[in-house]
Amino acid sequence: MNGVHDMGGMHGMGPIEREEHEPVFHHEWERRAFALTMAAGFLGEWNIDMARHARERIPPARYLASSYYEKWLLGLETLLAERGLVTRDELVTGRPRGRSSPGRVLKASDVGRVLLKGGPARLPERVPPRFKPGDRVVAKNVNPVGHTRLPRYARGKRGVVDRDYGVFIFPDAHAMGLGKKPQHLYGVRFAARELWGPDASPGDAVYVDLWDDHLDPA
Amino acid sequence: MSDHHHDHASEPGSPLAETDLRVRALESLLVEKGLVDPAALDAVIDTYETKVGPRNGARVVARAWVDPAFRARLLADATAAIAELGYMGRQGEDMVALENTPKVHNLVVCTLCSCYPWPVLGLPPVWYKSAPYRSRAVLDPRGVLREFGVELGDDVEVRVWDSTSEMRYLVLPERPAGTEGMSEEALAQLVTRDSMIGVAKVTPPARGGPR
Repeated sequence: MNGVHDMGGMHGMGPIEREEHEPVFHHEWERRAFALTMAAGFLGEWNIDMARHARERIPPARYLASSYYEKWLLGLETLLAERGLVTRDELVTGRPRGRSSPGRVLKASDVGRVLLKGGPARLPERVPPRFKPGDRVVAKNVNPVGHTRLPRYARGKRGVVDRDYGVFIFPDAHAMGLGKKPQHLYGVRFAARELWGPDASPGDAVYVDLWDDHLDPA
Repeated sequence: MSDHHHDHASEPGSPLAETDLRVRALESLLVEKGLVDPAALDAVIDTYETKVGPRNGARVVARAWVDPAFRARLLADATAAIAELGYMGRQGEDMVALENTPKVHNLVVCTLCSCYPWPVLGLPPVWYKSAPYRSRAVLDPRGVLREFGVELGDDVEVRVWDSTSEMRYLVLPERPAGTEGMSEEALAQLVTRDSMIGVAKVTPPARGGPR
């Protein structure tokens, strides 16, 4: 979706504000919102691509006005309600109407193992690659209303496949509940001048991770 | 974001107090419904506050600086090389190491969200997740670097890596001159989080020892 989250190349966002000796979390609620999102994700009711898409669907003005963990909170509330794990009424009142029967709940004793295991997006399927390193490609000019990891600034631009990372879940399908659609993922090099025009530095480049379905031969 | 905001969080009616209440309500709701275990929440928080952070990445970099065989393994298969030091898992399942040289400077961003290599760098700082960095890093990396105090010549190629997939990038910064006699442990002390994102260089120790 052409959301405000897709902000590569935008102007007017202001200076980059850094903080010396920044803590991991600034407030207790940030700790809890982070951990709630991680634990709720373990329920297995949605995948990471759906979670990203839930945050992208925050209305643009609110998205820009929200801090990172506020966006996580809003995304989590959306996912919980959409999966029927909690009702909007329960979210408003804070009072449960009965217990849920989740398939799996993250236990404290499993946290270390689960985090070390991670959630690999690499797949064992043997899918032939459509491209090889050195191939000239063009990123498709598409404007899907759903989730996509093809940023607007790269669409329609010509690049060169720098490396083939192997077979991965295709998030554009996975976020929409359309399965994993296994395919090759590539690091694609775009010259800065191809993306931004003659004012860009001549030797500089941007590398974007793109999948077979994002690319055409150039 | 220059200061903590604990005071604001307790002001009744402030947006932060509202968010604070909202998170508390959500947690108690999910606990009562049997969806989350509060002890698991504590364990998750403890992991990212005390166990996982940029010191992990600094150890990887220092090892690469002193051990050419490890450096070669890191550049060939970063996931496996980093796992040798025990760092792996969530948001670092597939790692790539990007080597900075006198002629190439790498910079990492996630324009679409805030993807970041958690096992080696911990959770990202606020600026990395902010709209100013996400919007400008791909368009004007040299301007961004200048804001961080890094001035690069025209003979240096800037490569920006937009983390649009589950590949996670760790910049291997250049080892500063004058550190030839330093131990791996002392070298790790020099390596900053920002140098592993690519917005800073590693500076040699100030006279009088490491900072």
